[in-house]
Amino acid sequence: MPAIISIAGLGKTYKSGFTALKNINLDIQRGEIFALLGPNGAGKTTLIGIVCGIVNPSAGTVLADGHDIVKDYRASRSKIGLVPQELSTDAFETVWATVNFSRGLFGKPADPALVEKILRDLSLWEKRDAKIMTLSGGMKRRVMIAKALSHEPSILFLDEPTAGVDVELRRDMWNLVRGLRENGVTIILTTHYIEEAEEMADRIGVISKGELILVEEKHQLMRKLGKKQLTLQLQNPLTQIPAGLSDYALELSADGNELIYTFDTQAEQTGIAALLRRLSEQGIDFKDLHSSESSLEDIFVSLVRTNA
Amino acid sequence: MNLYAIRAIYRFEMARTGRTLMQSIASPVLSTSLYFIVFGAAIGSRMGDVDSVNYGAFIIPGLIMLTLLTESTSNASFGIYLPKWSGTIYELLSAPVSWIEVVIGYVGAAATKSVILGLLILITARFFVDYHIEHPFWMAGFLVLTAVTFSLFGFIIGVWADGFEKLQVIPLMIVTPLTFLGGSFYSISMLPPLWQKIALFNPVVYLVSGFRWSFYGVSDVNAGLSFGMTLGFMLVCLGIVWWIFRTGYRLKN
Repeated sequence: MPAIISIAGLGKTYKSGFTALKNINLDIQRGEIFALLGPNGAGKTTLIGIVCGIVNPSAGTVLADGHDIVKDYRASRSKIGLVPQELSTDAFETVWATVNFSRGLFGKPADPALVEKILRDLSLWEKRDAKIMTLSGGMKRRVMIAKALSHEPSILFLDEPTAGVDVELRRDMWNLVRGLRENGVTIILTTHYIEEAEEMADRIGVISKGELILVEEKHQLMRKLGKKQLTLQLQNPLTQIPAGLSDYALELSADGNELIYTFDTQAEQTGIAALLRRLSEQGIDFKDLHSSESSLEDIFVSLVRTNA
Repeated sequence: MNLYAIRAIYRFEMARTGRTLMQSIASPVLSTSLYFIVFGAAIGSRMGDVDSVNYGAFIIPGLIMLTLLTESTSNASFGIYLPKWSGTIYELLSAPVSWIEVVIGYVGAAATKSVILGLLILITARFFVDYHIEHPFWMAGFLVLTAVTFSLFGFIIGVWADGFEKLQVIPLMIVTPLTFLGGSFYSISMLPPLWQKIALFNPVVYLVSGFRWSFYGVSDVNAGLSFGMTLGFMLVCLGIVWWIFRTGYRLKN
């Protein structure tokens, strides 16, 4: 199946000389949730801005559902919905008016039933006649999502959708995003909350200093780059790792009470059984043990640090 | 043509006018009425005719033009500046709309409001002075053309401005003085010969003169030239707006 978004050789250099994007090549598959991660200033918003028509590219091409975003902008833009990072709303408009305005702007005839459904799904129906300036930050964020969905896009960009919203609303939004995906909408989200990407995304892209340094299926990424650790709580503290254990990747905690063994999840042999035998031979007893897996956040931090 | 988008923008802008009825409509009508009372009834009654037209009636076209120019400019500039300021411009830029559709929506709404204001002032004038319209078709033509042209001009200012102060500078510091010096309250022929020549460099002279001709059949400059100059200015503004959207000047990036 052809990619719903196809980015080739995309670059952006601002008039100031600052290069925000360097030769980005990326295909986003139809119906997936793609999380674009990167530190502040990495180029995430610029990339989204170019695809949506807000920023002019300096080089490269972007196809949205097969339509060139510059030459065939009408067809491409009508497929895309955007929820930007900033809470930008028409303060004096009512919720109902602003959502209907968005639908008209994207070339769709009025459809009160659809707008009602969107507002109900986003728990905004009771606020339909309220002026936007009277709404809370979380409600304004919902209004922006409602506006983006009003023209029934097949591609939805969510730029930091849960920034500054409470836990409950964040969960609501995750459910909404999952529901949209079930209805066939492709979702591209940027987020600072790595747990959000870990929870939602099918694939992860990491962007750093304007370069796309990695694109990987989430579970594969975590298997490939993730590390597992076994922590042993010792019966008696050690001052140093005994010489007899030097061929194992061991660390000793600062207080000497824990031995931490890092092993490769992909390896055929983790070496745990052998290590435990060696400990016994060395007369080192432990009272407890537990294993942990590195999170997406650990992987992300490690990737960005490597690229720094 | 994305007609739904044009209608959405137009209705959005007209709704804004509706929300600020006192500021948008009542205030300009009131201030123009005061001009009629002071210049038309009070001072005008002591003045002789100008170009065989009663002074109170003589200033009607100029006063309408004064309101038309300032309101068209400020309304259109505010219309496009507001989404830039609030950040909602992202929606306009990411929508499947062409530059001409955006312009029809914003400029159409600003021009509509100005034409309504012009007609309201015309009706208000009837309470103070007698007047007649010799060429009603041309009067309507000048009214609409001027409203559209200066709404386009205002649109450009709205894109250019990066603060509320700049938004006010051009209307207050350039448009209003040029209108006052453009023969709104007098005939250019009343000026000394040198100033008559200098006045011809003021584009507003052509607007006021042409508009006055449509009322009373008298003008400082040829009516055809007035119409042509206005049309030319409109085309220049259209060219600038096209360039703005092509380059994304102060809209994108």
